[in-house]
Amino acid sequence: MIPENLLYTKSHEWVKIDQETAIIGITHFAQEQLGDITFIELPEVGRTLEQGEEIGSIESVKAASEVYSPVSGEVIEINTSLEDAPEKINEDPYGEGWICKIKLSAPPQKLLTPEEYAKLIQEHE
Amino acid sequence: MPYIPYTPKQVQDMLEVIGVKSINELFDVIPKELKNSTLNIPSGKSEYEVLTHLKNLAQKNRTDLISFLGAGFYDHYIPAPIKHILQRSEFYTAYTPYQPEASQGTLQAIFEYQTAMARLMEMDFANASLYDGGTAIYEAMMMAVRITKRKKIIISETVNPIYRLMLQCYTKNLHLELVTIPHQNGKTNLEELKKSIDQQTACIIVQNPSFFGELQDYSPLFSLAQKQGALSIISVYALLQSILKTPGEMGADIAVAEGQSLGLPLNFGGPYLGILTTRKKHIRQMPGRVVGKTTDKQGQTGFVLTLQAREQHIRREKATSNICSNQALCAFQALLYIAFLGPEGLKRTAEQSIEKAHYAAQKLTSIPGVKLLNDYAFANEFALTLPVNAFELVNHLTARGFIPGFPLGRYYPGLENCLLLACTEKRTFEEIGILTEMIKAYLTYRR
Amino acid sequence: MQTIFAKSIPGRQGIWPEPAQKESHHYLPENFLRSKRPNLPELSELDVVRHYTLLSRKNFGVDTNFYPLGSCTMKYNPKILEEIASLPGFTDLHPLTPQLKTAGLFTQGALEVLYETEKLLCEITGMDAFTLQPLAGAHGELTGVMLIAAYHQHKGNKKTKIIVPDSAHGTNPASAAIAGYKVISIKSKQGIIDPAALKEVLDDEVAGIMMTCPNTLGLFETHLPEIVELIHSVDGLLYYDGANLNAILGKMKVGDVGFDVVHLNLHKTFSTPHGGGGPGAGPVGVNKKLEPFLPISRVVKLEDGQFYLKYNYPLSIGYVAPFYGNFGVILKAYAYILRLGKEGLNRVSDHAVLAANYVRKKIEDYLEIPYNKICMHEFVASAVKQAQKGVRALDIAKALLDKGHHAPTIYFPLIVKECLMIEPTETESKETLDKFINDLIEIIQIAETNPELLHQAPQNTPIQRLDEVKAARNMELVEPCTI
Repeated sequence: MIPENLLYTKSHEWVKIDQETAIIGITHFAQEQLGDITFIELPEVGRTLEQGEEIGSIESVKAASEVYSPVSGEVIEINTSLEDAPEKINEDPYGEGWICKIKLSAPPQKLLTPEEYAKLIQEHE
Repeated sequence: MPYIPYTPKQVQDMLEVIGVKSINELFDVIPKELKNSTLNIPSGKSEYEVLTHLKNLAQKNRTDLISFLGAGFYDHYIPAPIKHILQRSEFYTAYTPYQPEASQGTLQAIFEYQTAMARLMEMDFANASLYDGGTAIYEAMMMAVRITKRKKIIISETVNPIYRLMLQCYTKNLHLELVTIPHQNGKTNLEELKKSIDQQTACIIVQNPSFFGELQDYSPLFSLAQKQGALSIISVYALLQSILKTPGEMGADIAVAEGQSLGLPLNFGGPYLGILTTRKKHIRQMPGRVVGKTTDKQGQTGFVLTLQAREQHIRREKATSNICSNQALCAFQALLYIAFLGPEGLKRTAEQSIEKAHYAAQKLTSIPGVKLLNDYAFANEFALTLPVNAFELVNHLTARGFIPGFPLGRYYPGLENCLLLACTEKRTFEEIGILTEMIKAYLTYRR
Repeated sequence: MQTIFAKSIPGRQGIWPEPAQKESHHYLPENFLRSKRPNLPELSELDVVRHYTLLSRKNFGVDTNFYPLGSCTMKYNPKILEEIASLPGFTDLHPLTPQLKTAGLFTQGALEVLYETEKLLCEITGMDAFTLQPLAGAHGELTGVMLIAAYHQHKGNKKTKIIVPDSAHGTNPASAAIAGYKVISIKSKQGIIDPAALKEVLDDEVAGIMMTCPNTLGLFETHLPEIVELIHSVDGLLYYDGANLNAILGKMKVGDVGFDVVHLNLHKTFSTPHGGGGPGAGPVGVNKKLEPFLPISRVVKLEDGQFYLKYNYPLSIGYVAPFYGNFGVILKAYAYILRLGKEGLNRVSDHAVLAANYVRKKIEDYLEIPYNKICMHEFVASAVKQAQKGVRALDIAKALLDKGHHAPTIYFPLIVKECLMIEPTETESKETLDKFINDLIEIIQIAETNPELLHQAPQNTPIQRLDEVKAARNMELVEPCTI
């Protein structure tokens, strides 16, 4: 469950870069580790972020995890449907479970390729 | 061996299973140089001896004094059945309800407590309890700091001075700015409070009735705070909340209280009960445990600890608070008090206390030289100005079986002649009459 | 069972005092009163008594069930303690009374209890002074860390970090963080602190380390002397989390071995009941280095034998509690210590450790025990083997409930997968332990043959497994008002 068209971080976010904008979310592995997600704290639209900055947190029944921005830029859209249905992150982490869109201010550094991320997960297990 | 059930033979059998020769051998893992078995304390005593010793100590405390002492902690009557339910050891010998299937008693009781507190305050949610009224203000303040991401705290000097001292202690290393707005002759300085709220303010903290007994409607102040993006925190007198304007009606973001007035004994300072209630929108930053309703596999209603991802056992250094043990049994006690009295019983208790305080104010201010400190509206507690030092009056009367109140000079320099008096429903009109005569006599004799 | 609110019958008389002669609006302006009366239960005394008596039956407590909840020391609570704590000479005492001059004489018994308890705790732990004010274990931790901060500030040390091992209770890092410190977590090796890992993070900015000893795996921290030396070498301080003191009562004094500050959980070691989550008490002891910073007030004994409260300590961190701690709880611990005496306290740790090792040995062939050696008062087992068949620690815990035992602590400490942390305590008979052992073994055998059966557990409890996801998502935290 590591789509080929995305880039990844060590903290288990994925990012899809389309020219000036990036869509981000958490990976299948991350949602599986958390279990049934019950709440997500989304960033505010308009907020500017540095790569690696904390943008919000995700809670499940028995765990909590922070989400870090894989890129630098300005939040231009958030997935408000997650507020009422955070389970979308479990069900479709790379699709309907996306978290926010960011307008890039600088090219992202040191993101992981699908192969590198797959290796990282293997080490976890 | 009191409370240890093993016979010598059983100990031998158990040692054999473990594969060691003696109990001492089990402690060989402790490096020798660290061991120390000298314990310079007395040998054990029989149950009777311990009881006698403690009874003797209890007798050295005078609890037969007629007391008008309140100052945040009140001597209300505790109905007999409360004690009997509390003695159900299924409740008091249980731990935190981490296994919901074996803890529905505790969990449902906490859920009922949360409901009762939310309704009393007219707020959305309550947590399962905090340690006391002071730590409740501290936790509320920290909620506001996290929610607003601001550092300035504005607090009225008419908030219980003991709680303000606690806040000072807790905030010392946190780089917060604690701004205290002085009282005006015992009154909350609303104008100054309003003026001091700005865009850096995380929250304002007020108390109703104030430490001086003053009643206020804080609605205008709270709406001003809201405009500036600051949170409004109010600390209240839990029992009186059955009749007084609620934090919910005033628009508070967080309402807290010392819950002792709801059926808990004074107990020389604890255990007490920290009540914390808040709005739905702030729930993720609420500290402490909380119980939620859900269903089991069969669709049966049941209760569980929920929203635990906020708490220290999951979030560790990022938790909303470090609280683990709370005051569950005290919360249960408050719930029992509310359930036994019902809304009418609470109202009558509150109104009797208020009526007696107003009677006392009228009687006492008929003494020449004795006046109300200020003209504010009050409920069951008020402040007097005396022609003498209040400490000395208190000393004099206490020696004669009456504690006439709390000398305000203890915490408010400049108010050495002021006395804070509270009445509960337990005080009688006769006692108030005697108190009046005693004060009158003292003042006459002094002159 | 319906809630108390659902049972309410409007107009039914509860315990009602006489009404006041005049209602509140006679005395108070209307805008200070609530607009409608609170929607609270209206029931008779019997209605309420029956409701809560029935509710009590839906609980496991120490008095009804074996409660081997690791790290919580769920021992029997002697009934005499309840009787003592309800003596009116204590319960009716207003906490401000000793702050009035003459009236101080009227609380001598209560002040003596505080003074004597402090002295006993000093002797038991080898510390120089105690404060009884902290209202729970975690509150004691916060107080202790604030004392550490005050010490460093006074010396002009620039300290920013507190070290916490990965096996620590969650309260440790949380307490350090809310006291303003950065938390540095270090990895354990063989279940205990690894001095090499400690050296790696040790520098001049380390304010101290928070340790539990024996730790949450029930293992003694055998590198303790080296750890003490390392931490003190950077003028750091050692904090002892007293959650597990039950293991070493009368065997070791934490003050002697180099700890600078300690909190005790009176509701664990000293047998005051836990009340379904509290109240507890978390007194904090310190050595001479930290004594000047202790919270105020402090109880002092004069030469003539009188006790009084002293506030004049210029270096004190101030007020951590409104008064003198959870007095009712302290009273029980005091009576417990007097009742047991020095021999009795020694026997507590003797038999707590005996019982834990007995259970460990009896189940070692059935459950994996990651650090299987002589343990202290508790040990950690792991259901990793069973998990391969789909039976998790949670399932075993639930099956134990069906057999009438409270479950051990599960999924803590975080460093052992599928863990069950078992603390039998010294007050459970061999028969009870044997029954527990047999039931546990039977469950593990079922895990081999019929794992599905365990997923259905518990069946004999008032309710079956609850939907925790639904609870968290729906957030029904109060009963909705129907009126």
